[in-house]
Formats: sequence, C-alpha cells, structure tokens
Amino acid sequence: MTETTVSLSVRTPDERTSVIDIQGEVTASSEAALMDAYGRASGERTRRLVLNFSGLEYMNSSGIGLLVTLLVRANRNKQRLLAYGLTEHYRQIFELTRLDEAIGIHASEADALAAA
Amino acid sequence: MNTESTQRDGDAWAKPVEHLEVAGVEPGAKGINVAGRRPTSPIQGFGRMWQKTYRIRLEGAQASPAEVVAVWKRDFPTFWPKGNRFFAPLAGIQPGEVAVIDLSMPGHLKLSTGVLVMYADEESFTLMTPQGHMFAGWITFSAFRQEAVTVAQAQVLMRPSDPLYEVGMTLGGHRQEDRHWEHTLRSLAGAFTVEGEVSTETLCVDKRRQWSNAGNVWHNAGIRSGMHTAMAPMRLAARPFRRG
Repeated sequence: MTETTVSLSVRTPDERTSVIDIQGEVTASSEAALMDAYGRASGERTRRLVLNFSGLEYMNSSGIGLLVTLLVRANRNKQRLLAYGLTEHYRQIFELTRLDEAIGIHASEADALAAA
Repeated sequence: MNTESTQRDGDAWAKPVEHLEVAGVEPGAKGINVAGRRPTSPIQGFGRMWQKTYRIRLEGAQASPAEVVAVWKRDFPTFWPKGNRFFAPLAGIQPGEVAVIDLSMPGHLKLSTGVLVMYADEESFTLMTPQGHMFAGWITFSAFRQEAVTVAQAQVLMRPSDPLYEVGMTLGGHRQEDRHWEHTLRSLAGAFTVEGEVSTETLCVDKRRQWSNAGNVWHNAGIRSGMHTAMAPMRLAARPFRRG
C-alpha cells in the first residue's frame, strides 16, 4: 500500500455544522485520515457535515468506497452529508456511482451551508 | 479547482450511464438482466452492508502490481470457478464496458446478470453491478507491494439487492461468494506459478437494512433467469410464427 497523500482539516462554522477540507488524493490509503477527520468533525450536536473537494487532486474507486463508508457513519449519527467544490469530472463520478443520490452536491460552501 | 487532477484519473473512470447497454461480448452469453438496467452502488441495495477483502501474497513472483493487474484483466474469465462464466467485453476490461455473467446457483440454476467496468487503471479495476444482481455495489481488483512482495486483492463493497438475496446470502450465499473469490485469487497466483493461501477479512459496515429498497425484488435476476428458463419451450414453439 502507498503512503497517504491527503491532508484534511476541519472547520466548524456553527455548532451544528462541520466542514472537512480535502486536499490531495483520496484512495485506500486515505482511510485512517478520513475517519480521523470525521471523528474530529462529528460532535454531539453536529447535524451537517460538508465535504470541501476544491483541493481534490485524484480519486480512485477505493476512494469512492471510503465516501460510502463515511456516508454510512454519518447516517448512523443522523447527520446529513453535503459536498461542494467538485469539478465537472468528479461530479460525473458522483453521478456514475450514484453517490449524488445520497450526498447533496452544491456549487459553493455558501450554497451547501444554506441547504438543509 | 484543480484541472490537472481531471487529466490524471480522467481516463480511468467510466462516463455516467443511466442504463446499461450490451454492445459486444464474447459469444455464448445469455445476456438477459443486463440491458436497460441501472448500475447500482451499495446505497441502492437492501440488506446489511459488507466489505469483504480477499488477499493473496505472490511470494517469489517477480511480477509488479501493474503486471499482475494486466494479466488479471486479460485472463479474467479463466480464473473463475468452474460452472461460472464471465463473458468479457470484446474491447477488454476498459472503463464503460459491460460484461455478461452466468453464475451457477444451488439447485443447478443459472443466474444471468452482468457488470459495468466502473474504473480501470494500471494497478486496479472495479466492476459495478446492475439492478437485479445479487448485490448492489462494486468489486475492486488490485495489486500492490507489501514487504517487498506483490499482493493481489479483491475487495467487495456491497449490500444484497433485495430481501430474497439478503436471505440467500445469509443462508450460504456469503460462503459461496467467499469460495468464488478465494478460487479466483488462487488461480491468479497459479498464473505466476505461486501457491498460496488466501486471507479473507469480512467487515459489516452497516447492520441496518434499507426497507425503502425492498422493491428491488422486482428486478431480481435469479427469479427472472428462472422464468426465462421455464419459458424456453414456449419461445421455441413461437419461433416459426415470428416475423423476419
């Protein structure tokens, strides 16, 4: 397995919302980093998790699998998962994998925060 | 937004498709339960969600991960257990291609289904199932280096598609699937003259069943394959009356 090449930072615009900024590559090697970021982003009162893909440089099918796992964890905790910053290419991947049916996709952070 | 990234993995992904089309596969395929079906991810499935990982270490083989995956793609059908057929796309395992599958089920039944090649690069490829398949999800086949040894891996991320499959998977379906991929990995290793043991890890990602997707049973390829077989005499009898 290759080393992780993703950097994830967490912001909390309000007590019910967290934003995870994704920078780099989302692959199988990102699992620990992504789940750690989820743990930091997910407070007792968190109801919305926003994934910022503006810095996404590469994603393979294992990376998409991780997003499915993240979605399951968010649903289990009654949290809504939203995303923004996807290029047209990655929007198409969300459409292909039908993740767009479960993760709300928005053009900007403001749109994502205004949703829900 | 990063445009370079789009070029890096752009060729590896299939384009979005609303419904599958079977363009060209190896001859002999029944090819039912594929055309017109929507591809499905684990999100669209019914049953508990599982991640199963099968690995074999190719001890002593000199092949790189890319070489292993190239052989895996090229000879994919030959590694399957006897009685199960994978009719590969004529264009090979390429993003967007559709393959047809005939699977042996208990009671000498055949289940006809297929897969979409969702992703393919030098070191991995992923197959996505259509509506009616036993499970909704995908299987990623990959190879990587670990402690100076090339490891081949098949990883399934799935939910059984409907309540009948959920019952079937619980009553032996999971074990049958495990045997299928363990056989496949041993056969792949054999292609590199390696004999090894397959390690299997099973993780229940989500214990909940998605009852809102229980209606997936309408597309159940097992039922439809059985009906197709049962109706064969009638189709044969009607053949002289068909136009063209």
